[in-house]
Amino acid sequence: MRDDFIVRVGARIVTPFIVTFALYVHFHGDFGPGGGFQAGVILAAAFALLALVYGLEAVQRVLPPWFARACAALGVLIFAGVGVVTMLLGHNYLGYNALAHDPKHGQHYGILLVEFGVLVTVFGVMTMVFYLFAGRAGRDE
Amino acid sequence: MIIDLFVSHYNYWVVILLMMVGFYTLISRGNLVKKIVGLNVFQTSVFMLYISMGRIKGGTPPILVEPKGTGKGHGGADTSGGVEMMGETAAEILYSNPLPHVLILTAIVVGIAVTSVGLALAVRVKEAYGTMEEDEINRIEEEMEEAEWRRGRGEIIHEILGKFPARRALTAPSGAEADA
Amino acid sequence: MINVVGIVLFTLLGATALALVRVRNLFAVVMLAGVYSLLSAGLFTVMDAVDVAFTEAAVGAGISTVLFLGALALVGHREARPGHRPILPLVVVAVTGATLVYGTMDLPGFGDPANPVHHHVADHYLEESSREIGIPNVVTSVLASYRGYDTMGETTVVFAAAVGVMLLLAGRRRTPAPEPDEAPAGAADR
Repeated sequence: MRDDFIVRVGARIVTPFIVTFALYVHFHGDFGPGGGFQAGVILAAAFALLALVYGLEAVQRVLPPWFARACAALGVLIFAGVGVVTMLLGHNYLGYNALAHDPKHGQHYGILLVEFGVLVTVFGVMTMVFYLFAGRAGRDE
Repeated sequence: MIIDLFVSHYNYWVVILLMMVGFYTLISRGNLVKKIVGLNVFQTSVFMLYISMGRIKGGTPPILVEPKGTGKGHGGADTSGGVEMMGETAAEILYSNPLPHVLILTAIVVGIAVTSVGLALAVRVKEAYGTMEEDEINRIEEEMEEAEWRRGRGEIIHEILGKFPARRALTAPSGAEADA
Repeated sequence: MINVVGIVLFTLLGATALALVRVRNLFAVVMLAGVYSLLSAGLFTVMDAVDVAFTEAAVGAGISTVLFLGALALVGHREARPGHRPILPLVVVAVTGATLVYGTMDLPGFGDPANPVHHHVADHYLEESSREIGIPNVVTSVLASYRGYDTMGETTVVFAAAVGVMLLLAGRRRTPAPEPDEAPAGAADR
């Protein structure tokens, strides 16, 4: 597939749109269908597409495996960290009302932050698992 | 009566059919990847059962429709007739149950994570045994166990023979052969 | 009343699932699994679960297929012919299925607004969400706010699964390619 001109150019054109769409899905998740889980998977799919077309090494130069591993752990930390911050502000664990003066705004910020944590974890995990499977297949050849 | 029962229970029956197809794949096929696919089919059928329960006849997806009058600023250019209409429908609009959706949403992502662990295990099994078929793995295991047992029995015989010096001299050549 | 689209999708889904069991080429099985996921995503849309449909389409038909293909590249795509007639599994499955169908007779009908499912906490979520949380998508507000602990647990599970895959596959140990199944048996014989 790496020699196919149309596939190479097509993948290159489509990737920015996939990434933008993932961000849209994340930030629009409050108003329509979507959220961190879906956005993370779509973002990982963009890199999987690039890896399928351009090869694993090319993608790992852009997004090294250590970065994917760090993302997987960082997302959980963001999620749990939001809870700790609301506790330090004197509310319950994950009580987002503490994050702004208006409880509704607090909820909004809290949900966005927490969903961002989910996005980062899901993106990191999916990319990492894909790297592991694809990398092991490459080593045997 | 029968038609009513069919219409109101068709979902459940298809869910059970899918569940049984997945279950059958899981217990009757020896290939590990096929088993994982069967597990996925089973899993999706459970998702469908939950979503079926959350559905309400004539409902809409659980995304709140704001009455335009109290809306968040946009839509101010609407005519008053539109406002009336929106307010009226928003008051008696019927939403589907959001709770099963939330549970299944997270379950899908956890499901793919678990599937990837299963696939990783299958890959390691293939590397260790050279096959993914359950029957062959069992055969290899049995052969290894038998060989192990035979070797263990041989050691016990040697030990027993070792207690009788005279016999030991008698069987020494074969014992030496086994050691070599 | 359940609409025609739903019944058609359900029937296609059943057909795909049956084909999944019969086909023995694992590449075809993985592709059928993708079709199965896409069909079920359509079905989720028909049943008003747009968020779930979105997730299923992205996860089931997208990433999951890629992962399966990656695994097949490592383990080969041929499934052995089953050695014996699957009488016992068929009996087990038939009995279990019949029991479950008997169980559905007591279930409330599909889509009835009076079903008990809809009157426990779901009412609260739908009525109070716009006042307490203030965002239109109730699924998101339940997911991230009302049931935030749940979601945090699920995120941790996903992370833990990734660690598991890493432990299994990232090892430096490369298995010796020639006959990995013969080596231990031969060693035991000697």
